[in-house]
Amino acid sequence: MGASLLELENVTIRFGGLVAVSDVSLCVSEGELVGLIGPNGAGKTTVFNMITGVYQPTDGKIMFAGKPTTRKKPHVLTKSGMARTFQNIRLFGSMSVFDNVRAATQLHRAHGIRQALWRGRSHHAGEKEVEDCVMELLEVFSLQDFRDEPATSLPYGGQRRLEIVRALATQPKLLLLDEPAAGMNPSEKEELMILIEFIRKRFGMAILLVEHDMKVVMGICERIAVLEYGIKIAEGTPKEIQSHPKVIEAYLGASGD
Amino acid sequence: MSRILKDPRLLLLIAIVAAVITGLGADQMNLYYRGVIIDIGIAIILAVSLNLINGHTGQFSLGHAGFMSVGAYVSAMITLAAQKSMGADALAWMFLPALLVGGLVAALAGLLVGIPSLRLRGDYLAIVTLGFGEIIRVIFQNVEAAGGASGLSGIPRMTGLTWTFILAAIAVYVVGCLVNSTYGRGFIAVHDDEVAASSMGLNPTRYKVTAFVIGAFFAGIAGGLFAHHKTTINPQVFDFMKSFEVVVMVILGGMGRTGGVILAAIILTLAPEFLRAVAEYRMIIYALLIIFLMIARPQGLFHFGRKRKPLTH
Amino acid sequence: MNEISQQLVNGLALGSVYALIAIGYTMVYGVLRFINFAHGDVFMLGSFAGFYLAPQIAKWFPLPSWGGWVAVMAATMIICAIIGIVIELLAYRPLRNRPKLTVLITAIGVSLLIQYTCQHQAFFGASQKAFPPLLPSGNFSLGGLSFNTTQFVVLGVTLVLLAALTFIVKKTRIGMAMRAVSHNSAAASLMGISNSFIISFTFGLGSALAGAGGILYGMTYTGIEPLMGVSVGLKAFVAAVLGGIGNLPGAALGGLLLGIVETYAGGMSGVSTYRDGIAFAILILILIFKPTGLLGSKQIEKV
Repeated sequence: MGASLLELENVTIRFGGLVAVSDVSLCVSEGELVGLIGPNGAGKTTVFNMITGVYQPTDGKIMFAGKPTTRKKPHVLTKSGMARTFQNIRLFGSMSVFDNVRAATQLHRAHGIRQALWRGRSHHAGEKEVEDCVMELLEVFSLQDFRDEPATSLPYGGQRRLEIVRALATQPKLLLLDEPAAGMNPSEKEELMILIEFIRKRFGMAILLVEHDMKVVMGICERIAVLEYGIKIAEGTPKEIQSHPKVIEAYLGASGD
Repeated sequence: MSRILKDPRLLLLIAIVAAVITGLGADQMNLYYRGVIIDIGIAIILAVSLNLINGHTGQFSLGHAGFMSVGAYVSAMITLAAQKSMGADALAWMFLPALLVGGLVAALAGLLVGIPSLRLRGDYLAIVTLGFGEIIRVIFQNVEAAGGASGLSGIPRMTGLTWTFILAAIAVYVVGCLVNSTYGRGFIAVHDDEVAASSMGLNPTRYKVTAFVIGAFFAGIAGGLFAHHKTTINPQVFDFMKSFEVVVMVILGGMGRTGGVILAAIILTLAPEFLRAVAEYRMIIYALLIIFLMIARPQGLFHFGRKRKPLTH
Repeated sequence: MNEISQQLVNGLALGSVYALIAIGYTMVYGVLRFINFAHGDVFMLGSFAGFYLAPQIAKWFPLPSWGGWVAVMAATMIICAIIGIVIELLAYRPLRNRPKLTVLITAIGVSLLIQYTCQHQAFFGASQKAFPPLLPSGNFSLGGLSFNTTQFVVLGVTLVLLAALTFIVKKTRIGMAMRAVSHNSAAASLMGISNSFIISFTFGLGSALAGAGGILYGMTYTGIEPLMGVSVGLKAFVAAVLGGIGNLPGAALGGLLLGIVETYAGGMSGVSTYRDGIAFAILILILIFKPTGLLGSKQIEKV
């Protein structure tokens, strides 16, 4: 178990009169693969949005890599080492597969306007570096043949993979995946599970996974937290969660698709 | 050969040389044609600079004429002041610096407009930029030093073919190089999906403001060229219609396609010349054209699908 | 009566016109989430409708008179309602599912089309026309303030129309349908509400009010010309935003406030020449500091 990377302490968020998430605490350590599950509307994506800075919690604290995330904008948090995918795929629709990933490499680069305009040797060297990095990532995920195709022309599963690749290009320490298996058929889900394990091993990053499909979650997560109506009702190993009475009640016996 | 075509710096050099050569022959040219060609050059600069803001970065700005007017007035006031104390030869050297200062002040205006506005989306941003454009106009209408409602006249005619085209080439170069770099992909990312862009570590506000400032700078340069071409300017010239004309160029050219936008600028500047016969219907035709475009072909005339997705998805 | 109260009356009269037009903007925005740029030109068309109708109506109701005025108002409001509905049908409905910006640009196109067509000699011509007197002149005194007939009527009509509109929106079924569509058009149509009908109805209602505003404006300022819809329209839009776009009482409040502020500014030396810029300054300040307007409510974006 590595050092603590992400800490949520008693996090609550209210939208007007509605309490979407209440008093949730969660920890993710370096290199860990943690799952976040719960019925629809339990607040899982809301938790993601708070971690990544899209929403500000009304109460409680979130720490990432030892620093509080309060009031930090999403792009700042991403720079500090977290990346995410979205429940409804949000690729850059007018760009190619290659450029989608390329855009995500910029945050750590020192090259900006000056180099782009002067177009000297350092610019070309920098662009070559980006090209190599992006192609390497695309190859790992078998997307290299589609590099110049519009990102949205990929089949659904390909788009989901591309979103993950794009997130990886930001070199995160923590990868947040929001329902990566949604809309996939069983064999695609198998591939996804292998992919996620591979990412973890190859890039050594922590992964926080929101997922509906129990097979996927139980299959790869080391630890699982369960949300219902914005409250954490259980946390433990897959085995513990599977037999947890509250969890079973929350899902009313439904075992996911 | 293809390496030459791909190297933007080389292309810029060729364009500058071509501009200089053309400029040398300009004296033989009919004054009227010369004027129209300069108008085209100015339109190209305006269109390409607005394209950075509207097309590439997706920030719908309806106040471009405001930035143009800032550049026009500032550069004109500089040369008019210089004219009083300098001889004709020395004055010629003031042209470029005056233009540059005009562009820089316009860029500053872009910063001042951009920072508060850019947190707004869609229609609201459009209205606010329109508002800013109008405020700038009202301010110039009231500033005595800028000639108030009657504006400035007697501005030295210093805009020539050469400089117009060199500056147009530079504008195209800057916007093109900027957008086609890895850094520049950020503009398009912000255009496509701001939330996703910021989740990938890109600062949307910074990209938007940058687009605004650079766009405003070149609009200011265009304004300076305009002032020293027409030799008189007044606040009414830089009204909402002017902004809208540039917007139409960008839309007609297919938001975000530099080549298309340049073509559209050329066509829309030439069209009134050819349609002299129906000049009184010009604005009506314009309006019908826009409505037609939006309903039937919102992606513009020169957009053929493939690489960049159209505005409508 | 002193200068300040006189300005107040003038401001309220101007503000009433803004209010009537602002309501149209806000209703359309509430239902369609888009800014109908051409709305200000419907206001202008209302003025001109009154201008051309007056001599015809005078054949039956001699003008100026109360009867004649009512006839002109009614006829103009109906005409403008039809114009508004037609514009929506031809220019905006085909773009129902397109991005908002496309429709906005189309609206600008429609606005320009109306303005420049009307400017052409074949139609109204570009020069200013004198709006005919519709009401017998006179003076009223109310609460220490002195109104002339026109101002009194302007304020009165605005209040009456506002009350009528509030009644429609709050107490009738069609008003409820309008509110449903503005909250959630998909759900509304599942409930059996015809979105198309409601949208047309909203356009018609808003345009009728703009037309009324046009008549009232003509009566107050007497000079009308085809480009008048631009600045008045834009200011009315600012008023709508000031009050909170989508919020009806807000639009009325915003209109009245803007009218008063502008009138006072117009009377203050040093500021008066900037009068036209005030509306825009207010717009920018509001959008920066309180984008939901004075009476509006916050909307959260779902990620």
